[in-house]
Amino acid sequence: MRVRKKGYWLYLVPSLVLFLAVIVVPFLMNLGVSFTRWSGVGTPRWVGLENYARLLEDERFWLSFQNNVALIFAMAIVPTVLGLVLAAALFDYIGRRFGPRTASALRAMYYLPQVLPVAVAGVVWGWMLHPSYGAVNQAFGLELDWLGDPDLALATVMAVMVWFQLGYPVVIFMAGLQRVDPAYYEAAELDGASWWRKVWHITIPQIRPEIFVVLLTCTIAALKVFGPIFVLTRGGPGNATLVPSYFSYLNFFQKSNVGYGSAIATVLALIIVVVTFLFLRVQERES
Amino acid sequence: MRGPGRWAVLASMTVAALVMVFPFALVALNAVKTPEEYASEGPLGLPGGLYLQGIVDFWNRVDFGEKLWNSLLISGSVAVLAVVLSVLNAYALGIGRVRGRLSILVLFLVANTLPQEALAYPLYYLAKEAGLYDTRLSMIIIFTVIQAAFGTYLLSAVLGQFPKEILEAAEIDGAGRFRALVRVVVPISRPTISVLMIFFFIWTWNEFFLPLIFLISNDNQTVPVALGVLQGERYMDATMSSASALLGIVPAVAFFLIFQRTLTRGITVGAVK
Repeated sequence: MRVRKKGYWLYLVPSLVLFLAVIVVPFLMNLGVSFTRWSGVGTPRWVGLENYARLLEDERFWLSFQNNVALIFAMAIVPTVLGLVLAAALFDYIGRRFGPRTASALRAMYYLPQVLPVAVAGVVWGWMLHPSYGAVNQAFGLELDWLGDPDLALATVMAVMVWFQLGYPVVIFMAGLQRVDPAYYEAAELDGASWWRKVWHITIPQIRPEIFVVLLTCTIAALKVFGPIFVLTRGGPGNATLVPSYFSYLNFFQKSNVGYGSAIATVLALIIVVVTFLFLRVQERES
Repeated sequence: MRGPGRWAVLASMTVAALVMVFPFALVALNAVKTPEEYASEGPLGLPGGLYLQGIVDFWNRVDFGEKLWNSLLISGSVAVLAVVLSVLNAYALGIGRVRGRLSILVLFLVANTLPQEALAYPLYYLAKEAGLYDTRLSMIIIFTVIQAAFGTYLLSAVLGQFPKEILEAAEIDGAGRFRALVRVVVPISRPTISVLMIFFFIWTWNEFFLPLIFLISNDNQTVPVALGVLQGERYMDATMSSASALLGIVPAVAFFLIFQRTLTRGITVGAVK
């Protein structure tokens, strides 16, 4: 006997209605508004591609994406590389020589920043990096304005984001390593392979799917980054830490350039969808 | 590596771990100092005693209990409602295999990756038109849909593997479709559903961008928004700043400890999705 198939679509109705109202319609409205000049009140005036043409000439727009690339480095690339080293060391060195309890205690410590709301992480570091009473300056006897100096601000934000993100790859990679057959490591050890060679030739190939997932999700998170910028620097000093999401927020809610803000948000959405698509294609080809 | 070498590895791993938790310790240490101690000893000195007035003052000043309640109300409602929607969708997509299933799934997946910036202004505009702007209800509706988009995607894959025999048996016993869902599918999928519910709760708790835009009046703000907005206010001196950071950290760490077992299992579920 077969289970009857008809009538299941009824269960989709509530979601489709809500989905239309909260995601599809707003997204299309955003796209539509990006072709207009609009202050948020009155009638939007159609200007065609003017906003997009203006974007291409806008130094701040390019700068915001340049900063975004720096944040992809700090939020995706660096945590992935460090996470690999830490996870491999915890799993097949600390875990085997000092016991799994030591390894999981260390893992929990690396993961701790990840449990914070990212805005709260910003509050913590805003306080620690305060130029007059902050702990970092006091601890090292410095007088640096970490977040207020245009030459330092981006690097400081990057460092904070490495701290915030690192636990995620460590946990994901350690979970992936559970799958790896210990026989590989034993064989490699008999051959006298160094620890680095084992990481390179066994660990990395074995947890490739996890590496993909981490790189993809962290890259998307970096492209969307808003909370830490808002809390730590508000895009400044000057435009030193301006990112696209904050740039669109500024245009929406402070400058009343809703059309221009919508164009920035549309470009950002497009980039994220393309990046996701590319990652999934590469992953498919690999497997 | 033997002898001293292995201890060197352990030592460097431990130092790295201490660097990671150092800010937490420092926040806790300074939140219980008097402003005079902070002024004379600096952030690294040990407090002379347990001074809780800074935390109490900050709590009262921002009415922190209210912020906790707002966060709890929004995140709790979203967790429950988004799980209900995800289950309904996944029932139709994973078990019912309705026509156009694949394109619907792709739609949900794309929705999940879209940046909120590309929805923010129209949502703000529509919420104002509907009289929902600056209400907690607006956040509950929006995040229910956003979280359900991910939940549908994950749960459809899980329910796609659901044993057909059990459903057939339920049907022979005369169970209608809704009864089969409530009495058979949901109880059997409980482990995945509870992981999803915890994720939705924590993700919603941690949200910042849309709540910042939507919840402008003090009475409606969530914990991250209230703390994020206050950062850099003139009256926020050093000890009050660390008290505010501590109040942001405590609930997050508490959830982590409460849900730890389910979460570590869940993080892996999410990774291989």
